Amino acid sequence: MRSVYISRATSVAARSLDGEMMIMSARDSTLFTLNPAGTIIWQSADGKMPLAEIVKQKICVEFDADPAEALEDAEQFVSDLASHGILVVSDSPITQPELHSKTVTRGS
Amino acid sequence: MSLMQEFGQRALDRGVPLSVQLDVTYRCNERCIHCYLDHDDHGEMTIAEIRDVLDQLADAGVFFLTLSGGEVFMRRDFFDIVEYARSLMFCVKIKTNAFMIGEEEARRLHELMVQDVQVSIYSHRAEVHDAITLLPGSLKRTVEGIRRLRAQGVKVIVANVLMMQNLGDYSGVIQLAEDLGAEYTIDPTITPMMDGDRNVLRLGLGVPQLQDVFRNSDLVGDVDEFCAPPPAMHEDVLRELPCSAGHTACYISPYGDLYPCVQFPLPSGNVRSQKFMDIWLHSEQLNDVRSITAADLPVCSGCGHVGSCSRCPGLAYMEGSMRGPSTQDCQKSYARTGIESANMRLKKAGSASPGLVQIAALLS
Repeated sequence: MRSVYISRATSVAARSLDGEMMIMSARDSTLFTLNPAGTIIWQSADGKMPLAEIVKQKICVEFDADPAEALEDAEQFVSDLASHGILVVSDSPITQPELHSKTVTRGS
Repeated sequence: MSLMQEFGQRALDRGVPLSVQLDVTYRCNERCIHCYLDHDDHGEMTIAEIRDVLDQLADAGVFFLTLSGGEVFMRRDFFDIVEYARSLMFCVKIKTNAFMIGEEEARRLHELMVQDVQVSIYSHRAEVHDAITLLPGSLKRTVEGIRRLRAQGVKVIVANVLMMQNLGDYSGVIQLAEDLGAEYTIDPTITPMMDGDRNVLRLGLGVPQLQDVFRNSDLVGDVDEFCAPPPAMHEDVLRELPCSAGHTACYISPYGDLYPCVQFPLPSGNVRSQKFMDIWLHSEQLNDVRSITAADLPVCSGCGHVGSCSRCPGLAYMEGSMRGPSTQDCQKSYARTGIESANMRLKKAGSASPGLVQIAALLS
């Protein structure tokens, strides 16, 4: 099975508020919100760790999910975000400029 | 509730500063006759200080970052600031007069994916616009700058501040914005100087002029709805917060001073000597601002307009008390509806000669 690598698009604006990521697409200013699982995938999208590993190491551990089912959901999620220009998807590692995805957990 | 409103509410509930305006300089190449700023440099934050502040703002959860001035391009390192802000994934908005935006600047702003660029235009006629900016040739250069931004696909918002000098020209500015592919916004508010000097207010529109503006459907949409009398007051209204200033938004000056809003110069701390979050969470002034609901406004809580008035607590503060009325907003409410505000009635009563019979309680 081929590996899928994901990287956060540099064109978006993003911030995590109370454990959920809010992302604004630069393409059309559409605002998206990611649930906690989506937020973990987004924050792990460094272009280096394959999606399957992100799911295995982070999603399954955090949410006690079935690995195969979780990966299927994650692939669909990634595909959706990529279609909006929010994630970059590649079958090889992606080099991205230094980005800092800040998280705010205060008050949660 | 839209997603943005939902996030705004969540930020309010959690005490997160969702929006910050950071003025990177007060220096400016224009000398607009209504400007509220002193354009001398009294020791602006360095790029290193600004980067540190931006790090702190990102940590605090700030999503919308407006970079303004003065004229932002007076700083040679302005693109370093924008670049760093975008690397922190802020949604960056810029306010500029676009005078210094050449092809290269427009290209870089596009590459950096700034959300929008707001540019002030006072008139479509150079003789009027330039007489306000006091910079000959400024309208021409500003329009050229906007064209370059639009050619790069950068979203531009033309901001049209209205005053007596350009009152008749807003239709021309609307048309110009349309021709440029820009959005248009109008603002009939003149702000007192940051140091409290209120002389510039003489340039502002009076009630008859505001009435004309508020009855133009091109500007306000449904005139009947916009100018409708205020609805009967409901108790919920008195629990409402005045605006986002100090609640989910604040302003930082080029010298690191933190205020609730650019239009609310209540000194609340300084990011050069304090951590942003220490100020945001613990500033006595910000907490005072946050404690105010409509019920705490001695005059306005008894005013029929309280639920629909645009009362700005910053303008009220500059008028004397952040719990007091803002006369400019009273005038707007009156111009919209034809109904005097409680403040206007009080002032009228105060200026009338005292009655012959005065009643006072007898001391027992």
